[in-house]
Amino acid sequence: MTKKQKKTLYRILVSAVLYAAVAAACALAPLPWYAELILYLIPYFLIGHDVLRKAVLGVVHGEVFDENFLMAVATVGAMALGEYGEGVAVMLFYQVGELFQSYAVGKSRRSIAALMDIRPDSANLEGADGSVTAVDPEAVPVGAVIVVRPGEKIPLDGVVLSGRSTLNTSALTGESRPRTARPGDAVISGSVNGEGLLRVTVSRVYGQSTVARILDLVENSSLKKAKAENFITRFARYYTPAVCFAALALAVLPPLALGGGWGLWVSRALTFLVISCPCALVISIPLSFFGGIGGASRCGILVKGGNYLEALAHTDTAVFDKTGTLTRGVFRVSRVRPADGVTEARLLETAALAESYSSHPISKSLREALPEAPDPRRAADAREIAGQGVAATVDGHRVLAGNARLMEAEGVAYTPDDGIGTVVYVARDGAFWGSILIADELKDHAAEAMAALRRQGVRTVMLTGDSEAVARGVAGQLGMDEYHAELLPGDKVDRVEALMAARTGKGNLAFVGDGINDAPVLTRADVGIAMGALGSDAAIEAADVVLMDDDPAKVSLAMRIARKCMRIVYENIVFALTVKGLFLLLGAVGIANMWWAVFADVGVMVLAVLNATRMLAVKDLPLPR
Amino acid sequence: MQKKFNIEVDCANCAAKIENAVKNLPGVVNASVSFMAQKMVLEAEDARFDEVLKQAVKAAKKIEPDFEIEL
Repeated sequence: MTKKQKKTLYRILVSAVLYAAVAAACALAPLPWYAELILYLIPYFLIGHDVLRKAVLGVVHGEVFDENFLMAVATVGAMALGEYGEGVAVMLFYQVGELFQSYAVGKSRRSIAALMDIRPDSANLEGADGSVTAVDPEAVPVGAVIVVRPGEKIPLDGVVLSGRSTLNTSALTGESRPRTARPGDAVISGSVNGEGLLRVTVSRVYGQSTVARILDLVENSSLKKAKAENFITRFARYYTPAVCFAALALAVLPPLALGGGWGLWVSRALTFLVISCPCALVISIPLSFFGGIGGASRCGILVKGGNYLEALAHTDTAVFDKTGTLTRGVFRVSRVRPADGVTEARLLETAALAESYSSHPISKSLREALPEAPDPRRAADAREIAGQGVAATVDGHRVLAGNARLMEAEGVAYTPDDGIGTVVYVARDGAFWGSILIADELKDHAAEAMAALRRQGVRTVMLTGDSEAVARGVAGQLGMDEYHAELLPGDKVDRVEALMAARTGKGNLAFVGDGINDAPVLTRADVGIAMGALGSDAAIEAADVVLMDDDPAKVSLAMRIARKCMRIVYENIVFALTVKGLFLLLGAVGIANMWWAVFADVGVMVLAVLNATRMLAVKDLPLPR
Repeated sequence: MQKKFNIEVDCANCAAKIENAVKNLPGVVNASVSFMAQKMVLEAEDARFDEVLKQAVKAAKKIEPDFEIEL
């Protein structure tokens, strides 16, 4: 609890005791009305002086219709009607509600802030003489050496100078798999050091570091408001004056028409005023969005504003750039098909040796597929056959490695491999040994991620610069709804624009890219999602939603979070308006009294806040069945 | 010029009203008040920034007497 809240709590307790004492005194000994009033005024002013002051200031400043004004009019009105006890009690109750609201909101605000707590407290700066001093991370210049002890947060982006360790980046990416850090590796601020001691050369000042950028982004996100949020603000602007006039009408018109009963109708009007307070709405909507953004950031999804969360919830088309988004963007051996009598390992080793003198990316992929590099001296007489492959002598045998044309040219009876990508056929001493498929690998969860999106009712589209055959293959494997191949980088913007123009419903279009060369498309789409953005400033800049790691499944998770958030927002709007509307009616006809009114105000607000805090638990949001 | 300030504002409705009032001040290009983050972003013409900021704080205090800002 803050100091302010504690002070309010004491005030509430003291006033409650005083109120009870006065009520007891009045019940025991009959007092003249003015004595009773004076006695009741003591707890009333103690508990309500700030509300009264603000109400008066509001009127002076021309800000008439706010909560304080409503409460002041309601309680002063009750006092004027001779209901002294009720006037004090309502004010007391209102303050209890306010305290609870401030506590609940403060608590959820802090717990959301804790989710994003990646801010380092200090950096251990190493001096020229080897001494280590703890300093403010903002005071560390580029090129300085800092020491990161086991269990500490890395305070600044840098490169490991010495030491080995594993890093936990879960606070940044939401992924718990540790990353290794060895000398020469770039490390990112905000990750938590594992068991090793690291010395790191700082490569960016604090203000430019990953941590500062993420914090900045998340902090700014609550300043970009969603339509629903602005709607509530606008609504409150008309609503409050409207209910005030309705209350006035309720107090004046019926007694005029019925010719009397002023006290009754004024008291109903006051009840009406208390019920009408719009705070449940005004507080729970931004809190839901804030919670949604906070919960998402814990999953490694940074949403730059409530408006993007809203747009994401209404997205029905997801367009993916293939390379680096659905596939890893690196060429690897994806399948080995040895001929009968040959083992996979021998086939790979033979091919790698034959290609060992080649600088072609294929030979690199082959070498990387082996557990350890074979001795290149085992291969000799390597000769490149342009457009076909290589011929070499490996361990004294003549080995051919290349495409189908090489096999045909050399008269080898090979088994064609129709895999998607580049196929390397291998023959030894004229006999076919098998084929190796080298392809840009699909990401582990790419197919599941697309299936998840489809189950959420999202159409998936793939864009690629690759050939039609490769695109068709990949799109088929992933089960994409649509693909467009052989696009030049500039075509992607046009294609996305065409897709946006062709849509029939009012759903949004999201573009998912890896942030490299696709900034214009990210900007053009309704929602631009950049993935694998850890450390890439351009992507963070251009996108509306930033996925810290490169898992395509996060796209559907982001949409699930967004939808849950919007559901809570609508729930709160409908719930608060319905309950308020109902109680306003009950109050107007005299069924709901002042006590009910305070419940309708405070109770609805509390329930709405509690509902909003559900956004904090989004880590394992299940897929719809 | 755009600047971000830490603020203290107690109710969400007041935050919304402050945002609206500040936006309508002369010289203000854009303004946003976040009750959740307890932050205010003010964008105003460079030459008049300090003066505009003063006006903004005045307007805010008028709406919410308990408004605090870290300058």
